[in-house]
Amino acid sequence: MPSDQERILARAAREVVSGQVVNLGIGLPTRLFHYLPPRLEVLVHSENGVLGCQPLDHGASPDLEMIDSGGAYIDTRAGASVFDSALSFAMIRRRRVDLTFMGAFEVDQQGNLANWKIPGKFSPGIGGAMELAQKVETLVVLCSHNDKHGNPKILRRCRLPLTAPRCVSRIITEKAVMQVTDAGLEVVDIAEGLDVATLRAATEAELIVDERRLGRF
Amino acid sequence: MTLLNQKQTSLEAAIAGIPDGASIMVGGFGSPGTPFALLDELLAQGQRHLTLIKNDANEPDIGIGRLIRAGRVDRLITSHIGLNRVAIEEMNQGRLAVEIHPQGLLAEKIRCAGAGHYGFLTDIGLDTEIAEGRREIECEGRTWAIEPAIHADVALVHADLADAYGNLIYRGTAINLNPLMAMAADHVIAQAFRVEPPGQLAPASIHTPCAFVSQVVQVDPATREQGRRAHAV
Repeated sequence: MPSDQERILARAAREVVSGQVVNLGIGLPTRLFHYLPPRLEVLVHSENGVLGCQPLDHGASPDLEMIDSGGAYIDTRAGASVFDSALSFAMIRRRRVDLTFMGAFEVDQQGNLANWKIPGKFSPGIGGAMELAQKVETLVVLCSHNDKHGNPKILRRCRLPLTAPRCVSRIITEKAVMQVTDAGLEVVDIAEGLDVATLRAATEAELIVDERRLGRF
Repeated sequence: MTLLNQKQTSLEAAIAGIPDGASIMVGGFGSPGTPFALLDELLAQGQRHLTLIKNDANEPDIGIGRLIRAGRVDRLITSHIGLNRVAIEEMNQGRLAVEIHPQGLLAEKIRCAGAGHYGFLTDIGLDTEIAEGRREIECEGRTWAIEPAIHADVALVHADLADAYGNLIYRGTAINLNPLMAMAADHVIAQAFRVEPPGQLAPASIHTPCAFVSQVVQVDPATREQGRRAHAV
C-alpha cells in the first residue's frame, strides 16, 4: 500500500512529457525527481540558476558549489547549463519553463493559490513562488487533500494571502486529481477505493464529477 | 575607482574601508557564492548598524547569520529567510527590519542598478499583497508596478578565480547574484580562491570585467567548508 505522498508523486510523474522544461518546488515536489522515468528527456530548472539539475548519486561526494534552490547538493545531466539568478527568473517570466509543481496551504476552485504566508504564524518570505505561479504555463499543485486537523485545503475561495490569482491548472492530492476549468473544479481521477460522496465531504470546493469518465489512480 | 594595479589587497585592508551604517550587498544563494571570508572579517572588525542585501539569511551560524546573531544588522533586504530561525526570531521581536521581495524581482532590482538604470515596470505581484505600497502607472494601455532599482554602498562578492586587476570568473551555482551585485554597488570587494597575475585568465571566459571591481582578495578555499550542510535529497 503506497503512502499518501507516494500516491501523489506517482500520479504527478504522469503529468511530465519528454522534452519539457520543468520546475520542482521545494518540499514534496522536489521528491518527484525519483518518480520520473530515467529515459525521460526533461531538463529540471532551479531558481538559483540551473537548467538540467538532477539528484546526486547515492553516496557521491557533493560539489559544494552545486545546489538547487532548496539547498540540496545536485548533479547536472546532459544538456544542462548554469547561469545567474536574474537570467534564471527571466527564463520564468519569459515563459520558457513549461511546467511547475508546487505545494499549497490553500487552493481554490478559481485556481487561486496560497502557499507563502500564514499571517502571524509563518512568514519566512516568498522566494521564487510568486513569479513561478504567475508565469509558468502549467502549474500543478501537489498537496494533501486536508490539513493535519482534517480541514479542507481545496476551497471555494482562498482565505490566506495569494501567491498568484488564477494560476493553477491542476491539483493532485492523495484523494483526487482535479482540473481547474472555466466551469469549476472537474474531478479527473479519484483514488482507488474512494467514493465520490466521501471525496465531496472532504472538500470545501464544489466538484464537477462525471462518473462515466472518472479515472482511478 | 581604485587603479587597476592597486586592487589586490588583504582581507583586513579591504574590510577596513567599510563604515558603520553602510548598505552592503552580499552574494550567494544559500551557501554557494557567499563570501564567507569577507563576512568573517566584517564580524571581526565590528562595523555596526548595517543594512544587508542578500537573497536569503544563510543559516544561524554561518555567513550573514553570524552578523545577525551578533546584532550588527539593522535591516535586511531579502527574499526568503526560512533556513535562519534566529533571523526570523529577530524579525518577530522587532530587532531586525526585514524587507521581502519576490526572488526574481530582487535579482532584477539589483541587475537594474548595475545597468545604470533607476527602476523598471513589471506585472509581477499585481493583485497580491506585495502590491501594497508599490506605485502603479498606466502605460501602453496596461497597469504596471514601478520597481525602483536597488543600489548599495558596498558589494561583497565571491568568485572562484580572479586576476589582480579584478576580472572575475564564477563557478557552478556559486554565480547566482554575484555578477549582478558586482555591478550595483559603489565599492565592490571580491574574494577569490585564486588570484592570478593579469593575462592568466582567457578574456572570453571572464564573467565580470575588472572595471566594476574595486578590490580583490585571495582567500583560503577551506573557508567554503563553513557552508557545508547536510542535505536530504
